[in-house]
Amino acid sequence: MSEIVFDNVWKEYGDQIVLEKISLSIASRAFVALVGPSGCGKTTFLKMLLGEEAPTQGQITIDGVPLVAEPGPDRGVVFQRYSVFPHLTVLGNVMLGKVFRAAPVTARLFGAARRAARDEAMALIAEVGLAGSEDKYPAQLSGGMQQRLALAQALIMRPKVLLLDEPFGALDPGIRADIHVLMKRLWHETELTVVMVTHDMREAFTLGTRVIAFERPRDRPEERERYGALLSRDIDIWPPRIAGAPLSNTPDQDDLVAPLGHGQDDLAPTQGG
Amino acid sequence: MRWINRKPSPGVRTLLMLAPFVLLVIAYGLGSMARLADNPSDKLLPALGTMVDAINRMAFVPDVRTGEYVLWSDTGASLGRLSIALGLSTLIALVTGMVVGMLPYVRALLAPFIATISMVPPLALLPILFIVLGLGETAKIALIVIGVAPAMIRDLALRVQELPREQITKAETLGASSWQIALRVVLPQILPRLITCLRLQLGPAWLFLIAAEAISADSGLGYRIFLVRRYLSMDVIFPYVAWITLLAVIANFALDRLRIAVFPWSNLEAR
Repeated sequence: MSEIVFDNVWKEYGDQIVLEKISLSIASRAFVALVGPSGCGKTTFLKMLLGEEAPTQGQITIDGVPLVAEPGPDRGVVFQRYSVFPHLTVLGNVMLGKVFRAAPVTARLFGAARRAARDEAMALIAEVGLAGSEDKYPAQLSGGMQQRLALAQALIMRPKVLLLDEPFGALDPGIRADIHVLMKRLWHETELTVVMVTHDMREAFTLGTRVIAFERPRDRPEERERYGALLSRDIDIWPPRIAGAPLSNTPDQDDLVAPLGHGQDDLAPTQGG
Repeated sequence: MRWINRKPSPGVRTLLMLAPFVLLVIAYGLGSMARLADNPSDKLLPALGTMVDAINRMAFVPDVRTGEYVLWSDTGASLGRLSIALGLSTLIALVTGMVVGMLPYVRALLAPFIATISMVPPLALLPILFIVLGLGETAKIALIVIGVAPAMIRDLALRVQELPREQITKAETLGASSWQIALRVVLPQILPRLITCLRLQLGPAWLFLIAAEAISADSGLGYRIFLVRRYLSMDVIFPYVAWITLLAVIANFALDRLRIAVFPWSNLEAR
């Protein structure tokens, strides 16, 4: 399992305090949505969880083990942009994690090993609704399809934690609603704890089991440098969403945006969501 | 309609493309005729026919002394030097550029040094190269490498650093080691740029080649030009210059085609 604990974490850049006194514990298989105004440290929080940044004070642990200050295969990530490799096809992008694991020196797979990795990747590609686009390059995909690809690419590693940094922020509402459905299904079907940064309240409440808000309580210009953002709200969604047990009575989709079926995201016809 | 919105049709485009070349030839022809009318033995602007004779003599008649076809042996010598030098530069630039761009320790060690070296005027080093490495091929190749490689290294290192940080992070979350990231993420994305970088360095490379050949060589396009200069043989020099230009244009075009053929994704429009 994968319980994430922040123990009195502070983050400072030089004199600038960004985050203060962050203490929280994220249960295994939760779907946490981080919201807050721009510049309140949401992305910094995610970067610490990712291992790109180390906390100035305090400690982050996953299952009691302190986090290494380096990104690793136990934590998958999808960014708003640049999440996929432009020089690899859809299949190449999804297979890459498998290849890294199996071939430390050549970073390439051949023969049976390659076929196995290929089959697994193909299944995952179909799962996210990209069947038929295996040989396309990311630049030939729409924004929504690129994010689906990024999800598949991250999930093939079977990470314990999936970090999402405004992953659907650049998509238009219809496509975003479709990908929300996919995201929920993946969360239900995979052993995943998800932490998602978003600036879209609706998205936070549509997807999350728990919504956490960061805010700077002292935001006057003369205070801004010495006081960082605090954890200001921590809301558990009611009725509780439980991973692996989709509720029939809460809509998985933003209700105002009616699904328009195929075509809106140029999906391959085999896509079922 | 505004001028910025008017676009030529394909036919007009071809016409416009050819116009400056044709005008240049006509202008030359007129100038040449005017001078030759004044003085039929004028050597400065030889008639086009005289140049055709010269080309014929250089390219298709064996030299009486050596039995070689001069234009072809010169071209072979020059292209040989150029390709060895550019091959070496490319290899050095690729390896150095990648480690400088990827590894902060190597960057701290080498980036300021390479930036300084690239400011040394290579032609000022030419006498030293000839003294240290002798008058043979080594000195000429070294001059081109010294002239071209630092700029290529800097360009590639910058390109490596320009790769979105997100991509590197993503590769790390996929479990990649530094070596695997170099091999599968950085290298393939840098290779198209390496080809473009090489194209941009063709001009300087020719410059250094001709400078080196002019000073000390026994064959080569630059050598020939500076040899016949003594007899004011413009009828040879003009075709040689045109030939060098043509070779450079072909190399430039071929490298770009190669990039698109080998790395099709590099030509897809970036989103």
